[in-house]
Amino acid sequence: MNDIGVPITKIDGAEKISGRARYVDDIQIPGALYARTVRSTIAKGDIVAITLPELPAGCFVVDHHDIPGPNFVKIIAEDMPIFAETSVRYVGEPILLVVGPDAKTVIDVTRKIRITYDEQSPTFAWVDSGVRHSYRKGDPKTAFQQAARTIAHIYRTGYQEQAYIEPQGMLGYPEADGKVTLVGSIQCPYYVKNAVLSALGCPEDKVRVIQAEVGGAFGGKEEFPSLIACQVAVAVRKTGQPVKLIYERGEDVETTTKRHPSQIVLTAAIDADLKIVGLKATVGLDAGAHLGLSGVVLSRALIAATGAYTIPNVEVEGDAFRTNTVPTGAFRGFGAPQMFFAIEMFFQHIAKDLGIDPLAFKRRHLAKQGDLTSTGGMFRDPILIEPMIERVLEASDFRRKQREFKKSDRLRGMGISLFFHGCGFTGSGESTHIKGRVKLAKSAEGDVTILIAAVDMGQGVRTAMIKIVASVLGLPIGRIRFPAPDTDAVPDSGPTVASRTTMIVGGLCARAAKRLKDEWMEGRDQTVEERYVQPDFIEWDEEHFQGDAYPAYSWGVVAVEVEIDRSTGQVTQNGIWSGYDMGKAIDERLALGQADGGIAQGIAYGYLEKMEITGGKVRQKNLTDYLIPTTADVCETTTFFVDNPFPFGPYGAKGAGELTLIGGAPAIASAIENAIGRRVYGIPATPEMILELIEHGEN
Amino acid sequence: MAKIEFLLNHAPVVFTGDPARRLLDVIRLDFGLTGSKEGCGEGECGACSVLIDHKVVNACLYPIINAAGKEVITIEGFRTTERYAVIERSFLEEGAVQCGFCTPGMVMATESLLGACPHPTDAEVRIGLAGNLCRCTGYNMIVKAVLRAAKDGEGLW
Repeated sequence: MNDIGVPITKIDGAEKISGRARYVDDIQIPGALYARTVRSTIAKGDIVAITLPELPAGCFVVDHHDIPGPNFVKIIAEDMPIFAETSVRYVGEPILLVVGPDAKTVIDVTRKIRITYDEQSPTFAWVDSGVRHSYRKGDPKTAFQQAARTIAHIYRTGYQEQAYIEPQGMLGYPEADGKVTLVGSIQCPYYVKNAVLSALGCPEDKVRVIQAEVGGAFGGKEEFPSLIACQVAVAVRKTGQPVKLIYERGEDVETTTKRHPSQIVLTAAIDADLKIVGLKATVGLDAGAHLGLSGVVLSRALIAATGAYTIPNVEVEGDAFRTNTVPTGAFRGFGAPQMFFAIEMFFQHIAKDLGIDPLAFKRRHLAKQGDLTSTGGMFRDPILIEPMIERVLEASDFRRKQREFKKSDRLRGMGISLFFHGCGFTGSGESTHIKGRVKLAKSAEGDVTILIAAVDMGQGVRTAMIKIVASVLGLPIGRIRFPAPDTDAVPDSGPTVASRTTMIVGGLCARAAKRLKDEWMEGRDQTVEERYVQPDFIEWDEEHFQGDAYPAYSWGVVAVEVEIDRSTGQVTQNGIWSGYDMGKAIDERLALGQADGGIAQGIAYGYLEKMEITGGKVRQKNLTDYLIPTTADVCETTTFFVDNPFPFGPYGAKGAGELTLIGGAPAIASAIENAIGRRVYGIPATPEMILELIEHGEN
Repeated sequence: MAKIEFLLNHAPVVFTGDPARRLLDVIRLDFGLTGSKEGCGEGECGACSVLIDHKVVNACLYPIINAAGKEVITIEGFRTTERYAVIERSFLEEGAVQCGFCTPGMVMATESLLGACPHPTDAEVRIGLAGNLCRCTGYNMIVKAVLRAAKDGEGLW
C-alpha cells in the first residue's frame, strides 16, 4: 500500500448490502420477552398513584423498585433517573416497563395501566440554569471601551433529530452466575457497561456489553442507550429471562435526545480600520429536563465562539437551561453547529452593517498558524483555509454567479461558510477521563485481531482501523480482523464520539502495530497493548477554560447555491462545493462518504429539519412530519481534501466525522440570504420563514 | 385465523395466522428473513422494501392477506441473482453503503427502478429512490452506484 488514502473495499460492505448484517432487532433469542415503556403524559408533576391491571401469566412490570443500585443513569451529570420515582419532568419520561411473552399481550397491559398525577406548572422558559461556563481572553473591557463602534445581533437555532434509520434498541439476557449481557445499537460499549454496573450495583465482571450492527447513530446512540440498557438489565435481573426493547419510530422521535436549541447573542467591538478587536458571546442552550451531557455540549459551543477567526479580546459565557421538555444531548457537532451558524452569520451581518464585502471581511480575520485560540491555546499546525477558500470559489464559480444572480429576476443565491472542528474530547478529557487503551492480538499463524471498543456505525471504523494496522505491519488486509466490540474481550479504548476515533484510537492502534512489528515472533501468540499519553505541549485549565482545548483542528469551507420559489418559499439546492482539511484521509472513499453525509445533515439543519415542542409535546411524530432529506432534496456535491498531516495522528489523520456537518447551516442560510436579499437570523429557514422575510425582513 | 399461500423467494409457502399481520413481521419473525428492516413502520423510509410481483412495496404497510397468490421477493431471494451481484459491486465501488440499515431496501428499490427503466438518468434515479431514506450518505454515492449498475449490468435489465 503506497498511499493509505487510496480506497479499499469496505470491509463490512457486502454483509450489509446483502442483508446478512445483524442489527439488534435481527437477533432472535427464543423466549425473549417483549418490552414496552410506559411514560409520563404530563410535562411536570408528582405521581400520585399507579394502578396496574391484573397481569397475565408471564407478564412483569419493572420500575424503580427493581433497581438494585442508585436510580440514575451514570453519564456525566447523574440527574437522569432510570425510571421516574415520585415525580416526572417531561412528557415521555419513562416510568416503568411492561415485559411479557408477546407484543399484543404487553401492549394490552400498558393500555390498562392508570397513572394519576398531581400536575404542576411546567417551565419552558430558559430561566433555570443547570450548568454555567465562562471564559475570557485578552482585555475585552478595554477593547469595548476603545471601540470605534460596536455591533450586536441575536441568533437562534432549533432542535435537530438524529434520525438514524435504525431506531434505538437493546437486547439483554442472563448468563451463568448472575451475569447480564447486553447487546445493543450503541456507540459506546463502556459507557453502557459502566451505567449498567452502577444500576445493578454489581461487580465489574457481572456485566457484559456487545455491540450489534449499528444502523446509524450521529451522537444519538452516545448516551441515550445507557438509559435503555439500564432498564433492560433491571428487567433481565427481575425476570431471569432475555428481554428485548426496540423503539418504534414515533417513540424514538418523541423521547430520545436531540440537538440543543440555542440562542446566541454576539457583540463585536470594531476599530477604526474595520477590524473586530473584541467579541462578547452569550450562549443559551435548552438542555431539557435532564442535563446529561449538556455541560460538555455547552463547552464545545463556547470554545467555538470566535469561529475560524482570531479575535484578540473575548468574553464568553453560557448556560444550559433545564426545561420541562425531552432532554437534549449528543448530536454530530456537539454544540459547534449552533455556534458556527451564529458566528458565520454575524461576520456576514457586520460586513453588511459596515457596507463591505462579507467574504473579504472574514478573510481579514482568519486564524493563522501560531495565533492564539479563543481560550489562549495555540494553533500549532499549518492552517490551509486560504487556499481552500480559493479552490472552493473557483470550483463553484462563486463570484461570477453572485454578480449574475444579482441581476436576475429569479431568487438565486450563493453562500459560503468557513469553519473548524476541534478534534477529540474537549480539554483534558482524553488524559483525565478516558485514558484509552487498545490491544492487538496476534495468533501463531500470524493473523492479527484488533481489540478496541470503537464502534462502526457506518462511518467505516472497521475499514479504517484494519487499513492502519495492516499498513503499519506490512500485512495484507485479509490478515487483520476487527470483531464487533465485546467488553469481555476488548479494553476500554473510549467512546466512539468527538471525532476522536481515527485520530486517537487509530493513533494508538498504529503505535501498537509498530511495537508488534518490532517484537514480531514467528509461530507464537502475542498481544500488545498501548495506552493514551497526552502530548506534553497540551495544557488545559478546566476551571478557567484556558489553554489548548483540543490537540488538533480540522478545517472546512463550503459553498452552496440555491434557488428559491418566490411564491412558496421553497428552497432548491443547486450545487454544493466543499473542501476539507482532515489531516490525511485514511480512505478517500470513506472520507467522501463522511463529507457527503455530513453536509446533507448540516444543510438540512439550516432550512429543512424542523421540530417544535409546544406545551412540552413534540409536534413531529415520525419521519412523515419530521422531514429529513430524500434523494429529491439533495444535489450533486463537489468535494476535495487537502493533505495537512497532524504529527500525532496515524498517517497524519485528524478528526473527520463531525467537521463535515458544521458548515452546512451557515452556508445555506447565507445562500438564502443572498437569494432573497433579506437577513437570516434563525434556522431552520423554512419556507414560511422565508416568505415572512421576503415580506418584512431586514436588508 | 387464515391460511395464506404465496411464493416467497421462489418457494411456495403457507402462512397460517392473523390475516391482518404485516408482511414485514411475517417475513422477519415467521420466516427469519431479517434482511428487510423496520425503520419507521409508516411507509416513509423504505428500509422494508420488498418486491411483490416485481413491484417495490413497503412490507410494513402490507397486510399478509394481500400476499395471497402473489410472488414476494426479499433481499434474501434477490441476493442469489446476477443482477444483485452487479448492484452489490457498484454499491461497493461507489461507497454507497455506510451503516447499511437502509441498504437492502435501497437494493430492492434499485432492482425495481432498473427493471422499469434500464437506462435511467441521474434525475430518474433520484425520483426512483425518493421513497427510500438514508441518513448517512447524503445519497450522491448511492445515485452514482445505481447509474454504474445500469451501465455495468447492460442487458441484464
